[in-house]
Amino acid sequence: MLKIANLRATVDDKEILKGLNIEVKPGEVHAIMGPNGSGKSTLSNVLAGRDNYHTTDGTVLFEGKDLLTLAPEERAREGVFLAFQYPVEIPGVSNLEFLKTSLECLHTHQNKPLLSAVEFMKLAREKCKLVDLDTDFLKRGVNEGFSGGEKKRNDILQMLMLEPTLCLLDETDSGLDIDALKVVADGINALRSPDRSFVLITHYQRLLDYVQPDFVHVLVDGQIVKSGGSELALELEEKGYSWLESGTEQPANSLKA
Amino acid sequence: MSESNVIDEHINSGYDAGFITDIEMQTFDPGLDENVIRKISAKKNEPEFMLQWRLDAYQQWLKMERPDWAHVKYPEIDFNSIAYYSSPKSQEDAPKSLDEVDPELLRTYEKLGIPLHEQATLAGVAVDMVFDSVSIITTFKEKLAESGVIFCSLSEAVIEHPELIKKYLGSVVPINDNFYSALNCAVFSDGSFVYIPKGVKCPMELSTYFRINEMNTGQFERTLIIADEGSYVSYLEGCTAPSRDENQLHGAVVELVALKGAQIKYSTVQNWYPGDVNGKGGIYNFVTKRGVCHTDAKISWTQVETGSAITWKYPSVILLGDNSVGEFYSVALARNAQQADTGTKMIHLGRNTRSTIISKGISAGKGSNTYRGLVNMSPKAEGARNFTQCDSLLIGDQCAAHTFPYIVSKNPSAIVEHEATTSKVSEDQLFLCQQRGIDPEKAVSMIVNGFCKSVFKELPMEFAVEAGKLLEVSLEGSVG
Ligand SMILES: Nc1ncnc2c1ncn2[C@@H]1O[C@H](COP(=O)(O)OP(=O)(O)OP(=O)(O)O)[C@@H](O)[C@H]1O
Ligand SMILES: [Mg+2]
Repeated sequence: MLKIANLRATVDDKEILKGLNIEVKPGEVHAIMGPNGSGKSTLSNVLAGRDNYHTTDGTVLFEGKDLLTLAPEERAREGVFLAFQYPVEIPGVSNLEFLKTSLECLHTHQNKPLLSAVEFMKLAREKCKLVDLDTDFLKRGVNEGFSGGEKKRNDILQMLMLEPTLCLLDETDSGLDIDALKVVADGINALRSPDRSFVLITHYQRLLDYVQPDFVHVLVDGQIVKSGGSELALELEEKGYSWLESGTEQPANSLKA
Repeated sequence: MSESNVIDEHINSGYDAGFITDIEMQTFDPGLDENVIRKISAKKNEPEFMLQWRLDAYQQWLKMERPDWAHVKYPEIDFNSIAYYSSPKSQEDAPKSLDEVDPELLRTYEKLGIPLHEQATLAGVAVDMVFDSVSIITTFKEKLAESGVIFCSLSEAVIEHPELIKKYLGSVVPINDNFYSALNCAVFSDGSFVYIPKGVKCPMELSTYFRINEMNTGQFERTLIIADEGSYVSYLEGCTAPSRDENQLHGAVVELVALKGAQIKYSTVQNWYPGDVNGKGGIYNFVTKRGVCHTDAKISWTQVETGSAITWKYPSVILLGDNSVGEFYSVALARNAQQADTGTKMIHLGRNTRSTIISKGISAGKGSNTYRGLVNMSPKAEGARNFTQCDSLLIGDQCAAHTFPYIVSKNPSAIVEHEATTSKVSEDQLFLCQQRGIDPEKAVSMIVNGFCKSVFKELPMEFAVEAGKLLEVSLEGSVG
């Protein structure tokens, strides 16, 4: 599904990712943890194709295609979805209009029949219920005046509507109350399937209590310094990152996820 | 790519209305003196009172100075290099019906998407077509006459309804109101005239479509709308011009009279040629629009301004009668090197008068967009209220937005509320859209349309869709 090899990337001429390797197979859930500023969001932005992020070395293959040559919207249409650490507001553009336009762009690209207005509304209402958002939110501007937690749930709503094949979630669990966390986790679990993969960027074990990861990676200073099973997250929760920061315990390149 | 690159990449967009009609014209030599004015008046077989009115205006204009307070820059205009009258030869003997109109002219309007044949029109819209200096034809005249509505060219009204002209022409915008309106009074060539009788709800939308075609010609048209007591009319004007490298002057005057309890809804979709990316060419649009509201009357201006190199325009309402209502809804787009200085004046004279101003300014490229508004509460405006909301949207980082709200309140019971925001189409917003599969152009158009929603909903249905599309075409290439 996703194969990242020796990825190096700079932001404003500053190297942030320093030779990163991860392989995600269909159906897998990977968690990426790591201290603030280690490059987690940078990785998700590079994968989604944001401007100003330059890859200087390495490759990223998504379903065999060179992801890095595609425009951001093309990556999205191919099935790459990113839930942002800080979702932005688009005042005046209703959630409904946004979702509809987005879904149409994806379906057109994927040669799927477009939904009728009625079918679309039905789907949107259904998914709203799943993430526990009142259908009134559909009429409001995208994230306009939403609380932090509502914005995160809105991202999950978009994910549920678009049904991507690779879901990158950047700290979607941050700032959520216990109930909202459960809602987000349910949303993820509802989409889990043998041909869909997840990369969860998180600081907390609590999300992983609900969504059991197959692999946990620790990102420190632009490199994966340790990978392991779900038990690694528990270990991190207990010990923090300092024991890993002194140096790479294992050569990152030899890791096979 | 940096944000400014993303946004600037294809900032020059197409202008669909930029073609030139190849037709034999009769055009005056450039230049302006009393003789030219006499010639214009003679062309139109005007009665003596009209000629005197023009000459009076010309004398006053000679003594006036070009205003320089607007936030726009442009070279000195040489008023002697402009031709003040230009008419298609085929219009020599005014055609009586559409069948007699030069097919080349009909094709021009067809290309612009203007409904022509009465059978094939948009559901019930009557159109007056003004081509350079003359009105070509007005549709649905007979049908409108059944309910007593007069809809004709201003030239025709001068001859057929001199009593109404004498009473109302210049009654809202006096001859010496300002430099450009005085010039218009002297040389106006045509325009539309509307009279709605007492208690009549005009049975269809009325519209005038202005087209400038000829080179080095100024278009000076006037519109006069009189809504008699308790009547209602919705009127729409559209404007386009060919893409030419020279600047052309458009100096219109619009006067609205809403008598007791009458309502006038005036909508404009202005798409004059805006000039190219570097600011070469384009229309200089200096327009005076004003309406007067008698007791319980209402005037509502809605404008979508996407064209012109320079826009200088402040549709205003004089709230003369008690309980009268004035509204101004505006979307103004300035991209490339366009400069827009537009807004409104709400003059509250009567008691319990109310006004609402919603202005949405969009700046892209190197465009400069200025909102300039005046809310004046006179000593007698007991209980008057105004609400103003002024929002600016910036696309890219080379454009500018300015807001100059002037408030004069001489009545302590009057309430004036003003809200203003400035926002940017941010890289984050674009990236969110792209990450959801939406290409950046569509994203910008979606964001801008969302921004303008509260104004578009004031337009007549058919035109709201058109305005949205126009904005989309105008913004094409605002991002990359
Ligand atoms: N535009 C930029 N210019 C300079 N440095 C940047 C820029 N964007 C990110 N960085 C730096 O890159 C590093 C990695 O940032 P990133 O956002 O990827 O961290 P993160 O692992 O997601 O952290 P957090 O857990 O706090 O979200 C940080 O030191 C950050 O300051
Ligand atoms: Mg981060």
